[in-house]
Amino acid sequence: MSSVLTASAQSAENAVRSVPALSCRDVRVSFRDQEVVCGVDLELDAGQWLGIIGPNGAGKSTLLRSIVGLADYSGTIALGDGQAPGAADIALVPQAPIMPKGMTVAEYVLLGRTAHLGWLARESRADREIASSVLHRLELTAFADRFVSTLSGGEAQQVVVARALAQQCPVLLLDEPTSALDVGHQVSVLELVDDLRRTEGLSVLAAMHDLSAAARFADRLILIDHGRIVAEGRPAAVLKPDLLSAVYGTPLTVQPIDGELVVLPEPRRRAKPPKEAP
Amino acid sequence: MADASLPTTALADGDAAHSAVRRAFGMSIGAAVVGVLVLVAVGLVSATSGAAGLPVKGVLGALFDWVPLIGVDSSLSTTQKNILFEIRLPRLVLGMLVGGSLGVAGASYQGVFRNPLADPYLLGVSAGAGFGAVLALGFGLDLSWGPFDTVPAAAFAGALVAVLASMAIARGGGASPATLLLGGVAMAALFSAAQTYAIQQLDETRAREVLSWLFGQLNTTGWKQVGLLLPYVVVCGVVLFIHRRHLDVLRVGDDEARSLGLDPARSRLVVIVAASLLTAAAVSVSGLIAFVGLVVPHIVRLLISHSYRVIVPLSALVGATFLAFVDIGARTLLAPSELPVGVITAFVGAPFFAVVLWRDRWSTT
Repeated sequence: MSSVLTASAQSAENAVRSVPALSCRDVRVSFRDQEVVCGVDLELDAGQWLGIIGPNGAGKSTLLRSIVGLADYSGTIALGDGQAPGAADIALVPQAPIMPKGMTVAEYVLLGRTAHLGWLARESRADREIASSVLHRLELTAFADRFVSTLSGGEAQQVVVARALAQQCPVLLLDEPTSALDVGHQVSVLELVDDLRRTEGLSVLAAMHDLSAAARFADRLILIDHGRIVAEGRPAAVLKPDLLSAVYGTPLTVQPIDGELVVLPEPRRRAKPPKEAP
Repeated sequence: MADASLPTTALADGDAAHSAVRRAFGMSIGAAVVGVLVLVAVGLVSATSGAAGLPVKGVLGALFDWVPLIGVDSSLSTTQKNILFEIRLPRLVLGMLVGGSLGVAGASYQGVFRNPLADPYLLGVSAGAGFGAVLALGFGLDLSWGPFDTVPAAAFAGALVAVLASMAIARGGGASPATLLLGGVAMAALFSAAQTYAIQQLDETRAREVLSWLFGQLNTTGWKQVGLLLPYVVVCGVVLFIHRRHLDVLRVGDDEARSLGLDPARSRLVVIVAASLLTAAAVSVSGLIAFVGLVVPHIVRLLISHSYRVIVPLSALVGATFLAFVDIGARTLLAPSELPVGVITAFVGAPFFAVVLWRDRWSTT
């Protein structure tokens, strides 16, 4: 079924050759003279999951927005072939997607074909087949006629991933995709993305709040603070208690559990309970 | 996600996904066919009713006879044929074109502004056209230009000035839907004030003439008005029809639309210009007909689909039918005198809209 997603399959071949799917050089973004992204360099290898972590306001979302062309930036953002990326190259899964009333899941997934349509803006048979194969791939066929506004948070996020997949982009950008979900749906959405990365050969760039999830799913992590990269590398190299505690401004511990790193706030030092009256 | 343990056959699955995608892509052919049939029926009733009643059979015969290569003997007399072809049909066709234009323009405005209360007069078309018409009618200016009579030319110019001014104001504010809307509100207020002041300066006869124009009417002199409006209907109609999918993409917001590969500002500009031109052309020949542009897209939305692929074309059909139907009443209810059709659109439209609303749940997109 996934054979329909040929653009992605090509990028799986790229993974073997290890061509960067996306690279940023000295990317800077300013809002009213205030620089919020201050010279970020990053390279996303094909087939890789690169996680961006950092506190609120560090510039994670702004960096992602500049990569999809939603924020003006200086510097270079280029695909592996040196071209500037467009909507046919990078698909965005937004943090809080808008779910229009009265729009069916099938209609919503078809929106992913926008960048591939001619000026008559009419979907071809191939576009429709891609949309239905994506619905199959994500096991969303039972939802196809449901209105997106009636979906639960977890279902909605799967549908957004489906739309991104229908965009047939080799690079998937996730902007804190699971921040509105309970822990079960967080894991299932991230596992879905991870699964797609393996089967469709997608490259994933994800801003993530949950540091343990970042450790579990990302191949490499970039830690951003005040618009600058302060650490970069494999999760075990970036997730150091001292560094994280300093950046997040609260004491954090990193515990290995069953071979995976788990980041937790340090236990609260409680005041001693008052002595019970005799 | 569907439970993986559920036994489902791949074939049945395929049908479900594929047919849902087909439905999403489709145009609601059934609704369109029903709409055309109703439009034809309303057209026949309109053509046959009036001060001089014409027999249905005779009208049908004359119409078929008119089609090249078909010869049908019509029972209509020469006078009756003249009434049909020079009075009834031009007015009927004009009503359909104006109604369809307002319906499509209203749907397009609601789409680009992502606002269910948007109507074609939102950016000051009505106030600008009204002011232009008041100047022309009231102060006896001669603005006739080519085939355009003074009032349509003045109304058209006024409408365009108001819309362009609204857009110029909003440009400074970044041209988000909200800024555009505020620009329109400001311009509408300005032109309304100017129009009120101008009417106050007129004597009673002229003021009455101006007011009757403002209420909206479908007065025709042969096929002239139809000829004036038709080019706008064709050109703007095609542009808006092509852009109807853009309106669906815009429903997810500007940011997501851009990440999907649409340029929201460009799409919005094209749609607003086309819809405003269409509205200005309709208003210039028919005056200010209220309610059609606001209500017709909602009727389609509530009865058939929220997708602009369906709303835009069907709003043309429903708007045409609605105005043609209402104009029968405007011509016959108080015969021999005539009711302003704009008054009846509101009288008929408001309760009808209420019924549709009660039937279905209110939706804000």
